[in-house]
Amino acid sequence: MINLRIDDTPVQARPGQTILTAACEAGIRIPTLCHVEALTPVGACRLCLVEIRNWNGRLVPACATPAQEGLDVVAHSDKLTALRRTILELLFAERNHICAFCVSNGHCELQDLATELGMDHVTFPYRFPSLPVDASHPKFGLDHNRCVLCGRCVRACSEVEGACTWGFSGRGVETRVEADLGDPWGASRTCTACGKCVQACPVGALFEKGKATAEQVKRPEILAEVTERRPRA
Amino acid sequence: MNADLETRVAEFAKAYAGQPSELIQALHRVQSELGYVPPAAQAAVARVVGVPLSQVRGVITFYHYFRATPVGRHTLRLCLGTACHVRGADQVLKAIREELGVGLGETSSDGLFTVEGVRCLGACGLAPVMMIDEEVYGKLDPKRTKRILRGYREKAE
Ligand code: SF4
Ligand code: SF4
Ligand code: FES
Ligand code: FES
Repeated sequence: MINLRIDDTPVQARPGQTILTAACEAGIRIPTLCHVEALTPVGACRLCLVEIRNWNGRLVPACATPAQEGLDVVAHSDKLTALRRTILELLFAERNHICAFCVSNGHCELQDLATELGMDHVTFPYRFPSLPVDASHPKFGLDHNRCVLCGRCVRACSEVEGACTWGFSGRGVETRVEADLGDPWGASRTCTACGKCVQACPVGALFEKGKATAEQVKRPEILAEVTERRPRA
Repeated sequence: MNADLETRVAEFAKAYAGQPSELIQALHRVQSELGYVPPAAQAAVARVVGVPLSQVRGVITFYHYFRATPVGRHTLRLCLGTACHVRGADQVLKAIREELGVGLGETSSDGLFTVEGVRCLGACGLAPVMMIDEEVYGKLDPKRTKRILRGYREKAE
């Protein structure tokens, strides 16, 4: 067993576990967005940043950092809350998160994080990009206005379903989630219409057709359920 | 036509067959042969090299080096450097878009121009600047830009 401290509480972790998992098992909540159980951690959103006191106060993503012997981790402080709030503000400012008109209103991880971290206004200028909605798939839709580029759909589709339909195209502020060679989702040669990406998406970007405002509830936990039931090689 | 292209691309990519880590090399090879990598060629590379389509798309759109559309007869490089930016490169780009119907990274439908954005052509005193092939055009405004482009079009007719 590995012994470390998180918020001054002694915590034990098994080799290979991340700081996030260790904290979770010890009942210490660390905010996350891009990470979801069963998918490879990528450390993309930085909301789970924690401070390592005995690494000169270095900030590391808890979801992608292995628990190590003797680590003195700060998971909650005014400084960390301020950082996490800034990250959220940037996410809200980047695209068009008009919660009142969103299918995920009330069931959205981004919204929940804003509440949890007390982010009640955005200090950055909104970018208001003009982005399309891909409604070409018979069962599902993709609204780029709501996407936070967490990559959960990309990983759910490749790691759990094995279809590898989604990928990121472009770079920087032009980055988009796209199917296959940039095809409309409905024209995808690889999508099996399984819906795992929709369940994985933390916001209203991927949704089931026919859902009205606030009706879209997601079940990202099915990814872990599905993979745990799989026979292991 | 497409079947033919696929066979050719498969031939170019053969050296990298079944080696996902060689994807970029394979795409380089195809682009050096065809001048660009159209979607049908991207799909063929994905199949031969053994990677998902979405991964090929990611690489093609991430690296400015790769192009998915053919190159036009003339290459127009519009400077987006600081001096040109301050002096209205966006207005010049707007004029280009109005005249040619395409923006950065695209080729006009008549195949005459491929428009590219570059960072500082080293002629800041003439900002805003563009180059068409080896020719430098400075102190541009929307009107002059359109006039220059029309000149090329008329010559081409
Ligand atoms: S529905 Fe399933 S196969 Fe289709 S893109 Fe989503 S996860 Fe991939
Ligand atoms: S569509 Fe959803 S799951 Fe996919 S990257 Fe965007 S926010 Fe994340
Ligand atoms: S949850 Fe750790 S970086 Fe996103
Ligand atoms: S910034 Fe355009 S030439 Fe230098």
